Amino acid sequence: MADLTAASLDVTRAHYMALTRQRRLYGGLMLLVFVLLMAAGFGIANDRNAGGFLPGLPHIFDFPADVISEAWEKRANLPGHLLRALPALIETINIAAVATLLGALGAVLLSMLSTQGLAPWLRLIPVFRRMMDLMRAMPEIVIALVLIFILGGGPVPAAIAIAFHTVGALGKLFSEVNENADLKPLEGLASVGATWPQRMMLGLVPQVAPNWFSYALLRFEINIRASAILGFVGAGGIGYELKNAISWGKGKFDEAAAVFILLFLTIMVFDQLSSYVRNRMTYGAAK
Amino acid sequence: MSLATAATPVEMQSKATTLIARKRLVTLAVPLAIFAYFTYIFFAFDIIGLRERARLDNAVALVSDTYSYKTHVERNNRNGEIEISVEGERKGTYDATNYPSWVTVGEEVTQIALDDGGSIEIAGDIVRFDVPGFGLIEAMQSRSDGVSLNLDTADLPDWISYSKNRLTVATDAARLTLTKARTEVFVYEFGWELFWFTLDSPYYDHSFSEIAFGDPIDPTRSNLTGAWQDFWNNSIWRHSDVAWALFETVLMAFLGTFGAAIIALPLAFLAARNFAPLVAIRMAARRLFDFLRGVDGLIWTILLSRAFGPGPMTGALAILFTDTGSFGKLFSEALENVDGKQIEGVASTGAKPLQRYRFGVIPQIVPVLLSQVLYFLESNTRSATIIGAITGGGIGLLLTQAMITHKDWEEVSYYIILVVLLVMAMDSFSGWLRRKLIKGE
Repeated sequence: MADLTAASLDVTRAHYMALTRQRRLYGGLMLLVFVLLMAAGFGIANDRNAGGFLPGLPHIFDFPADVISEAWEKRANLPGHLLRALPALIETINIAAVATLLGALGAVLLSMLSTQGLAPWLRLIPVFRRMMDLMRAMPEIVIALVLIFILGGGPVPAAIAIAFHTVGALGKLFSEVNENADLKPLEGLASVGATWPQRMMLGLVPQVAPNWFSYALLRFEINIRASAILGFVGAGGIGYELKNAISWGKGKFDEAAAVFILLFLTIMVFDQLSSYVRNRMTYGAAK
Repeated sequence: MSLATAATPVEMQSKATTLIARKRLVTLAVPLAIFAYFTYIFFAFDIIGLRERARLDNAVALVSDTYSYKTHVERNNRNGEIEISVEGERKGTYDATNYPSWVTVGEEVTQIALDDGGSIEIAGDIVRFDVPGFGLIEAMQSRSDGVSLNLDTADLPDWISYSKNRLTVATDAARLTLTKARTEVFVYEFGWELFWFTLDSPYYDHSFSEIAFGDPIDPTRSNLTGAWQDFWNNSIWRHSDVAWALFETVLMAFLGTFGAAIIALPLAFLAARNFAPLVAIRMAARRLFDFLRGVDGLIWTILLSRAFGPGPMTGALAILFTDTGSFGKLFSEALENVDGKQIEGVASTGAKPLQRYRFGVIPQIVPVLLSQVLYFLESNTRSATIIGAITGGGIGLLLTQAMITHKDWEEVSYYIILVVLLVMAMDSFSGWLRRKLIKGE
């Protein structure tokens, strides 16, 4: 530290400048590669698309305009359509709710089994972890389509499919929450001879339940979107109504508009509701 | 409310009692509410009716198809021609030079040897099915009398179904159907047949070591290139198309996610409390994000496919629109949490506003943004499969196409395995990138 002469400062400065230049070069190169990748990818996607990007761009508002103008012409029918689509909407929400409940229950169990310090069988932790990875990686649509083939259309295949994915997705988040739980209450319970379910129920759940609930709520919101999409491929609910109204084409656009409105409002309401509740839980009622 | 505020021990005790009573009520009420809800769902989803609608034979066909394939041996009873093919597909039809070893086709008699020791013999209009542990079933068809059987037709086991027009014998090893028009035998075997090479390829039925180290099988090509060409252009499993579809799915996720991030970043500045110039602009930006998110990927997909037609770009744009909303919200929250001191520090050196953002703000939020974007990249790979199924692009399209035919379940399971592997690969890739870029490991 002693040698603070001007010469050594110059050396340090030169060294620093060289490092900065190198960093900038690498950063610039990475940016260049990224931009090239984006451009090339866009080009490929554009070529493989049925209609190109530029020719399609002016028509982007054609369909919404058609729907809106027809819905406006027949605006007297709109309340009726909204009312008629309501049972389907309730079915979609029910699918999401059942899937979230079942998925959360499964995730609670799997997350306990795969967290260090909670798991009753240490050796099986990696097995349960891989199981969750696999469930998470499975897109809902795959399970839904297979189950529709076996069980026929309706809400049950969609609920099972979404629940399956939810177990994996929530299981991972839950086990992250579990890892931060204090193990002392569990040890205390163990010392008085509590069984594993008792230790979990009385020692762990009170600590982590708010966080679990918050994640489950976020998942519920995601699952509503998923259940609408699965309806579109034949699993019932509002997605199915939407598909019917749209594939009919002109003449039923007022129905389509009603379904669009309902779906949009539902997603908005649950989005705002869940973020409000989660905010309240994190920051308390005061804020 | 809390126990500490109680004045006397008696009061404290009564408060504790009510608190415990309430907690006890909650622990009872929550499971009860869930149970009540499931009871409602039981009737709303018509679980009882489900048992009647469920097609368990479909499930059996699906499961057995995923690990086994069937070879059809078919005799046209009108003209006596024999045809042997994999899954009854035209592209998988054997010709006289390469019949499977378990079939011997003679002038008069076709012999089929089954794995379980049984055998089937098709001799003109007569079929003899030797079932081990049961005995010989002999059946005959004629144009005038229909199908006749050597067994007591009043007392048949449940795996034989017989009527004047049709006889069906289904065992684990094979299934025989005899009608006036044709004699059909399905022989089940383990595995995915023709996965590597189709029957017209010279490399069919050669082992890996023969191809890799043996003499040239096709004199015009070297073994490895020839085998690769025939594998890649396999007309039944279509490996090149599948690879393209997987690439398209990743492409949709990549373009959608990063495109959304690029668009959302400047907009997020407008929506952040500490950067927005005007409250009105901030509110407008926030409502825009809410709108983009609220419309949801499904509706965006429908709208955009009307304008751009089906394909990967439509899918990418649908992801882009939805995620611009999500990213805008997340980024603006991250921007509201930045430390003002660093910006002040940069400003004190005389930096202009753009420089202040570049050196005071961006370095603070990049780790947060990057980790969000990479999380989305993984989850969007899954969404791209679903969007592909709706808009017609990528592996999602292949998957739905294979499912609609209701027979190529081995292809469906192949695609499912590929999708799962793809999502897992993207998961570990984005995790690796996250560690590399953020922690600098």
